[in-house]
Amino acid sequence: MIEIKDVTKTYKTGVLEFQALRGVSFTINDGEFIAIMGPSGSGKSTLMNILGALDTPTTGTYFLNGQDASKLEEDELADIRLSHIGFVFQSFNLLPRTSVLRNVMLPLIYSGIEKDIREERAKVALLAAGLEEEHFGHLSNQLSGGQIQRVAIARALVNEPSLILADEPTGNLDSKTGEIVLATFQRLNQEQQRTVILITHELEVAKHTDRIITIKDGAILSDSFTRSGNNQK
Amino acid sequence: MKISDMLDETLVALSANKVRSGLTMLGIVIGISSVIAMVSIGQGAQSSIQASIESIGSNLLQVRPGAMRSFGGQVSGGRGSAQTLTLADAEAIARKVSGINAVAPEISSRYQVTTKGANTNTAVTGVTEAYPIVRNVKTENGVFVSDQQSKTLAKVAVLGPTTRDDLFGEGANSIGSLIRISGIQFTVIGVTEAKGGSGFGSQDDVVFIPLGTAQKYLTGNEYVSTISIQGQNSDSLTAVQTKVTDLLLDRHNLSDVASADFSIMNQADIVATASSVTGTFTTLLAAVAGISLVVGGIGIMNMMLTTVTERTKEIGLRKAIGAKRREINIQFLVEAMLLTLIGGTFGILLGIGISYAVSALGIIQTSVSIPSILLAFGVSAAIGIVFGYYPARRAAGLNPIVALRYE
Repeated sequence: MIEIKDVTKTYKTGVLEFQALRGVSFTINDGEFIAIMGPSGSGKSTLMNILGALDTPTTGTYFLNGQDASKLEEDELADIRLSHIGFVFQSFNLLPRTSVLRNVMLPLIYSGIEKDIREERAKVALLAAGLEEEHFGHLSNQLSGGQIQRVAIARALVNEPSLILADEPTGNLDSKTGEIVLATFQRLNQEQQRTVILITHELEVAKHTDRIITIKDGAILSDSFTRSGNNQK
Repeated sequence: MKISDMLDETLVALSANKVRSGLTMLGIVIGISSVIAMVSIGQGAQSSIQASIESIGSNLLQVRPGAMRSFGGQVSGGRGSAQTLTLADAEAIARKVSGINAVAPEISSRYQVTTKGANTNTAVTGVTEAYPIVRNVKTENGVFVSDQQSKTLAKVAVLGPTTRDDLFGEGANSIGSLIRISGIQFTVIGVTEAKGGSGFGSQDDVVFIPLGTAQKYLTGNEYVSTISIQGQNSDSLTAVQTKVTDLLLDRHNLSDVASADFSIMNQADIVATASSVTGTFTTLLAAVAGISLVVGGIGIMNMMLTTVTERTKEIGLRKAIGAKRREINIQFLVEAMLLTLIGGTFGILLGIGISYAVSALGIIQTSVSIPSILLAFGVSAAIGIVFGYYPARRAAGLNPIVALRYE
């Protein structure tokens, strides 16, 4: 469960101060499929960084599974990311010239898991992300955009995180491939009850989720369930 | 993160950019190999000089006359020019000083030596029976000069191999042949073994004749130019030197060392001087090679900095998925160290190869020492740490949010 309460974030550049978040509060339950939407400059990236434990809020609290992640040091945040969060990025960020399996196993190396178990779990994650087994040995630069993003999803899944954070996951994909990737998130949410947060500026993408939080100028503009979400719940 | 995984990651990262990794290593390879080769050549030179000093005899003291002074005592004729040492001095030393194996007085001068159809200008040395023992000379053919021949002023000569070659042709049998030294006829009774021409003048281009004969027919006086003394062992050499000094001062009626009309050279001093010269030479070579090692190290730092910039996104990703600052730091440090260690290993092999090649080509007999290998290895590891530290720190200090956005 995710609880964000009165979170603000202020950036200082010399004497200039910029308030990216002005008091944001919401709760996300386990197993939700949710989109955080807003135009660029709305503060959604800042919110994602805080949700992803890449950054801490200036004021306010952030509880992730009951643990306060709002006042942690750099390495403690790294621990939170390692065990609780899986990231999917717009630009995929696979290691270049490295095999698919190696890419997916990367988080497991940092968790100190044995080599044979690593490979087993990476294969499970890749199948769950919908990549065909024939591609497992390929290098990351031999794959298509859709395949690359599925490898990235598998990498986010492999550590069994409680939260998958996807930052514009379809931003670099054509609409057809984007649909497939979004369907993958939907399936993971339904079949494995994973909490998935999509960060996007496109309503078309956000509509695939059950709940949309819209942010503008650092504050929540609306927080509503979509029709597909209402139909399910 | 486990150490084996760390090494695995590093190897993958290094092999992802083989050409660049290889070229970076090359700097270290050249640096380390030149250090090893240079030090081995330097040490080879040292032992070869030492060997050639030892070849003139072991535990050797040489007494030479002092400088000849004019009556006013102002103009010096140069060291060794005075005629102060006599055969009697040599006999007194042999009789009165303990700890001595043998005493060999000699008188040496250059003369024109002729034979039928050939002639040469060479050092003619008047010697006694003790000379071969003291100066480590062996007779290859025939016999050496004896004391009896010295007493009877026999006109016999023993040739050095080079002189024999010059007068009679290479390898010719010259025993029993006649030669003329300064117009006086001598019979060849022996040829000495070749010692090699290294060190201070060739010891093969020489004619030995009995000391008495030389004094009587060539120099016309009773002086000797050098008294060589072989001590029983190297430890007592200094004590022998002191005793000989005292004895000669006494015999020459001189009160103190400052007014001595002779000088004594101790072989241990010569060896020490030569060692210090070659030591300096070796240090110089190693220092020049060391500079290339530092340049190689800077090459490593350069590559690591480029790598960190190039892989900023990767570092951001690693941090995003939970890598700690320390883990990033160590990964890049290990990368730099692995580069230097692999480069260092190749460098050591190449260095050993070069010094063997130098030996095999007969340029100089090199010797690769274990300490120089260990030192080179330690230095290459240290270079990895020193020059990898800053790039690794930079990588570890990257903010994951900024790094992920880096284009």
